[in-house]
Amino acid sequence: MRDLIEIRWHGRGGQGAKTAALLLADVAFNIGKNVQGFPEYGPERMGAPITAYNRISDNAIRVHSNIYDPDFVAVVDETLLHTVDVTKGLSEDGGILINTEKSKEEIIPLLNGYKGKVYTIDARKISEEALGKYFPNMPMLAAMVKITEVMDEERFISEMKASLEHKFAKKPEVLEGNMKALKAALEQVQ
Amino acid sequence: MLEDKFKTENIDETVRWQDLTPGLQIYESGSSRLFNTGEWRVNTPVVDFEKCKQCLLCVPYCPDSSIPVKDGKRLDFDYDHCKGCGICVGVCPFHAITMKEGK
Amino acid sequence: MAIKERMSGNEAVAYAIKQINPDVMPAFPITPSTELPQFVSNYIANGEIDTEFIPVESEHSSMSAAIGASAAGARTLTATSSCGLAYMWEVLYVAASDRLPIALALVNRGLTGPLNINCEHSDSMGARDSGWIQIYAENNQEAYDNFVMAYRIAEHKDVMLPIMACMDGFITSHAVENITLLEDDLVKNFVGEYHPEHYLLNKDEVMALGPYAVSNYCMEAKRAQAQAMMNAKQVILDVAKEFEEMSGRKYGLFEEYRLEDADYAVVAIGSACGTAKDAIDRLREKGVKAGLLKVRVFRPFPGKEMAEALANCKAIAIMDRCESYSANGGPLSAELGAALFKNKNQAEVLNIVYGLSGRDMTVEDFEKIYEDLADVAVNGVKEDSYRYVGVRE
Repeated sequence: MRDLIEIRWHGRGGQGAKTAALLLADVAFNIGKNVQGFPEYGPERMGAPITAYNRISDNAIRVHSNIYDPDFVAVVDETLLHTVDVTKGLSEDGGILINTEKSKEEIIPLLNGYKGKVYTIDARKISEEALGKYFPNMPMLAAMVKITEVMDEERFISEMKASLEHKFAKKPEVLEGNMKALKAALEQVQ
Repeated sequence: MLEDKFKTENIDETVRWQDLTPGLQIYESGSSRLFNTGEWRVNTPVVDFEKCKQCLLCVPYCPDSSIPVKDGKRLDFDYDHCKGCGICVGVCPFHAITMKEGK
Repeated sequence: MAIKERMSGNEAVAYAIKQINPDVMPAFPITPSTELPQFVSNYIANGEIDTEFIPVESEHSSMSAAIGASAAGARTLTATSSCGLAYMWEVLYVAASDRLPIALALVNRGLTGPLNINCEHSDSMGARDSGWIQIYAENNQEAYDNFVMAYRIAEHKDVMLPIMACMDGFITSHAVENITLLEDDLVKNFVGEYHPEHYLLNKDEVMALGPYAVSNYCMEAKRAQAQAMMNAKQVILDVAKEFEEMSGRKYGLFEEYRLEDADYAVVAIGSACGTAKDAIDRLREKGVKAGLLKVRVFRPFPGKEMAEALANCKAIAIMDRCESYSANGGPLSAELGAALFKNKNQAEVLNIVYGLSGRDMTVEDFEKIYEDLADVAVNGVKEDSYRYVGVRE
């Protein structure tokens, strides 16, 4: 992993981009990293484009500004590609992850000529198969862990299992679905 | 134990800021008795106990609690605190209280 | 020993509240401090603390109820932001003049208008003359630590003043970061129990509080209150020293970052200071002698101490995250400017307004400020020293 990884999340109010950023901060913290997870706040509006951020580092993080030149970008809702400049400032050494059922070939032309790595994942399909509902959070989280290499996959799975076991102590069926979604995402991100 | 300097009887307008209580808090009850508002009086109410029927209506009307009551009967005015406002004169149904000029 | 965690600023302060287990919390929710009464209510519902929560219909009421509870002898707190603090205005002065050591967790947000919910210091700066101690945090760690220290300062017999522990709205309150927490028993022992000398529910002593004061007495009361604020300086330092012995984390009236040999200094409050530190490290690598003075305690105002710490600087940028519409710069500018003059500092000074209504402040913004400082140090301040940073123009 690099000294400092900066990540920007694009989503729509209510989709859980902020939650995904906080979850990523959580798992990175659990393996001993210094983390920041924060949303860019405005009046909460369901469906409006929102941005959230992560910084992950081995060193103490002091900076408190938003992230303008991220190493990685995650796009939770592909319809944002038409309205938000999601690759703005994005490092070409990094990459962008997009939740879509489309192929990379279909997506790349929508990225304003971005030359870094492009990853796609069908978080809807994974979530609906594993959880029976559309919660893009978990697949997006797993895919981001994989592409940013903040930790190895096995460690990630065991950390998530411990944390979800705690969170869903009374709902084992939810735990199982979530774990399934995480594992599927690790396999299917491309 | 309350420090002597904080006792109300030891506080007057010559006391330095260092010797007043924080926030001017008062740690005694009834300390307003130490302040003789009767000194402000220009006109003085006088009660005629021959006309007074001890209805006690004047007592709650007195804004300065200057009409003492003992064993169900009002006594003479507490002239140390009566400011001479004259409300008692107005409310007495038996015209038993009159104002005289001066203290 | 220390507990490593990750938490938002609001979670961190709520955690401190849980560890302190104060007696009474009247509060009315307002963004971005809403989570504080929410977390405390959860602790109470879960039986983790036995604080009495009083739901009220406004912030004027929450502060009034806090005054009542504190006067009764209870360790009391409330939380608010922005317009909520403004609505408390009248009674803030009452809490201070009645010498009640209430703690207020303030999550800084700008005052309307235009209507906005983001970080600015206009709320607490507006209340700077209300007689409350004000301590500011750079991050969640400091917000937690400051709250753990708050009652020790406020309840000290030489002080007996209410205290406002401030953190930046959203930037600190809602951002999850690493934090090191103290064990429950350490906090409990450090804060101790509250045994006020005089209180209304004392069956052995009658008491009257908040009397009308005629001119013959009122000024003396205010002079005594001013003394309490002056005394707070030493108490804040003493409490910080004891806190350092317990936690290993050092606090003063302000923090100096690479300031000792700095030619160019930024003076600022709150979360932007962390960003400034990154800028300073970058500039130092290039040989630029940049430094920071981070104001932690704004009330009492450590003017002389700060002026002395800045004595060798050639140029200083005093940064306000709020306007005071004085046409002359913000409140920190005004007060520190006066202190520099009294101390006969010779530095050129820029009075900078930044970060209004949550406007982001970046490392690059700070680098530009240091560039400007290097320029005015040589050429003097040619245009008005009162400037905006980060505004479109």
